[in-house]
Amino acid sequence: MSRRHAPPRAERKPDRRDLGWYVDKAVEVAVFVGGVSAIVFVVGIFVFITREGLGFVTGPFDFRQFFLSPRWRPTSEWNPTYGILALFAGTASVTGLAMLVAVPFSICAAVFIGELTAGRTREVLKVLVEFLAAIPSVVWGFIGLSIINPLIINVFDVAVGLNVLNSGVILGLMAAPIMTSIAEDAFRAVPETYREAAEAMGATRWQVTYKVVIPAAKNGLLAAVLLGIGRAFGETMAVLMASGHSINLPTSVFDSVRALTATIAAELGETAVGSDHYRALFTIGIVLFLITFAINLTADLVIRGTRRKE
Amino acid sequence: MTPPSEATEQTPPAAAIRTRKLNFWYGSFQALFEVDLEITAGIITSLIGPSGCGKSTLLRSVNRINERSGDVRTTGTIEVLGHDIHGERVELARLRQKVGMVFQRPNPLPISIRDNVMFGYRLQNPANSRNKSEQEEILEGSLRKVLLWDGVKDCLGRKATSLSLEEQQKLCIARLLPVKPAILLMDEPCSALDPQGTEAVEELIWELRGDFNILLVTHNMAQARRASEECVFMLMGRVIEHAPTVEMFVTPRNPQTSDYIEGRYG
Ligand SMILES: Nc1ncnc2c1ncn2[C@@H]1O[C@H](COP(=O)(O)OP(=O)(O)OP(=O)(O)O)[C@@H](O)[C@H]1O
Ligand SMILES: [Mg+2]
Repeated sequence: MSRRHAPPRAERKPDRRDLGWYVDKAVEVAVFVGGVSAIVFVVGIFVFITREGLGFVTGPFDFRQFFLSPRWRPTSEWNPTYGILALFAGTASVTGLAMLVAVPFSICAAVFIGELTAGRTREVLKVLVEFLAAIPSVVWGFIGLSIINPLIINVFDVAVGLNVLNSGVILGLMAAPIMTSIAEDAFRAVPETYREAAEAMGATRWQVTYKVVIPAAKNGLLAAVLLGIGRAFGETMAVLMASGHSINLPTSVFDSVRALTATIAAELGETAVGSDHYRALFTIGIVLFLITFAINLTADLVIRGTRRKE
Repeated sequence: MTPPSEATEQTPPAAAIRTRKLNFWYGSFQALFEVDLEITAGIITSLIGPSGCGKSTLLRSVNRINERSGDVRTTGTIEVLGHDIHGERVELARLRQKVGMVFQRPNPLPISIRDNVMFGYRLQNPANSRNKSEQEEILEGSLRKVLLWDGVKDCLGRKATSLSLEEQQKLCIARLLPVKPAILLMDEPCSALDPQGTEAVEELIWELRGDFNILLVTHNMAQARRASEECVFMLMGRVIEHAPTVEMFVTPRNPQTSDYIEGRYG
């Protein structure tokens, strides 16, 4: 800007403290406090969990036992052991099954919404999907307990219906809406010119989808799957209710299992602050935190990579 | 496809494209009015007219790609090589292989050069019926035809979107060839290119004349004059004049045509 256009000195007195000035300052301070506190909280939470939890660094736990032993017996009178392998296996099996359910489900749904419908139908369906994503997890747990549980018992003729199958299906259904939404965004980001070009060469709607749109959107789809995994991994209440909550290295989908998250939720209230058990639970918290952080970071990088290429 | 409507007509149709009383609407907006046109076979016909007069709409009616826009309506008939393209038994996929289209902005798919060229071919021939050496021949032949082979023969796996615009547009022409189209529709194929690219692609189009029936939309009077044998002038959704290019540019019959050619419409 040229100097000639600067207003004359008299008008530029910066400290006219009228109402506008105060409003300005107040908003500025509020935004600053909000922004900084968000960071402070995250760091604070991390520091707190770390301090409470890093048992095998500062305290009595054995690193190898903690990760490699399937025995989680924190309340044993004479020999408490803190091995999270079985809990980890529980979480992993449930998450894995959830993805087997959610990935095909959500990608098909996204293809349908994004590629095969248009206009009003599409908008209605999108709202519906977002509505599904907002169902509280305790409601899903309730569905697992009262609908899928008897269904599994009847259909497969097993004694208990609260198991990997039940919680996997529940988590899959829970993760599917958000995955659908992200996958649909990925499809939407594929330029219309690609579809037009392919159709002009004689491709049908369906051929356009699987030969052009899905390959072009594959990074976005990968991100959708990763975020779905993160969602299933961190879910607590629904798994607690639908998994059976018994410690097991599962060998079939009809085994009951216990998840890392559910363990924390169920046990933390009954432990003495500062006890070994208490710290073991916090260590589990750190493990969860790091894994979900890694998953989300990967998803983020994948999405960013896609953007850069465009 | 269905047989031509006049079954008595024995001689092969002289027209590559023939429209009768063609009207076209986007929603409630009418973009084409009573278009009666016969595009002569075996030559390049250029389509000129001011912006928004319906050139693209007419072109996009011929391969029915404008039905993508959703709320559209057509009345009247379009025949391609004597076949009604709105007939009940017409398969869109077959129609679009017979009637290839080149767009204003080069739009190669974000896959390899090879896959781009073979895209239409693979749609037509399921995986188990393909012959490898035949495919390679087709690939090379198509790329040679558009004068691209020597430039890309060592990098056929490269992403097509990484080519220069001129190369991309040539590729977009090459990928129509493996399915042996009869008609090429080109919607301002050079408008996104620099002068050299324009010249190269124009030359290429001229080379293709004779093998294909070409309908070429252009904004560029000089291009229409250089590159086409017949010329159609449109204004506000109607065909105003259709004549050999030389005649139209030297002695236009309609005063509106001469106004446009002399640059009075902008
Ligand atoms: N998808 C659409 N929906 C509604 N109206 C449209 C659509 N496409 C084109 N039109 C309108 O139809 C008319 C003809 O458009 P068309 O694109 O065929 O013109 P054109 O002659 O190709 O113009 P240009 O030289 O700018 O490419 C224009 O008035 C345009 O606004
Ligand atoms: Mg146009």
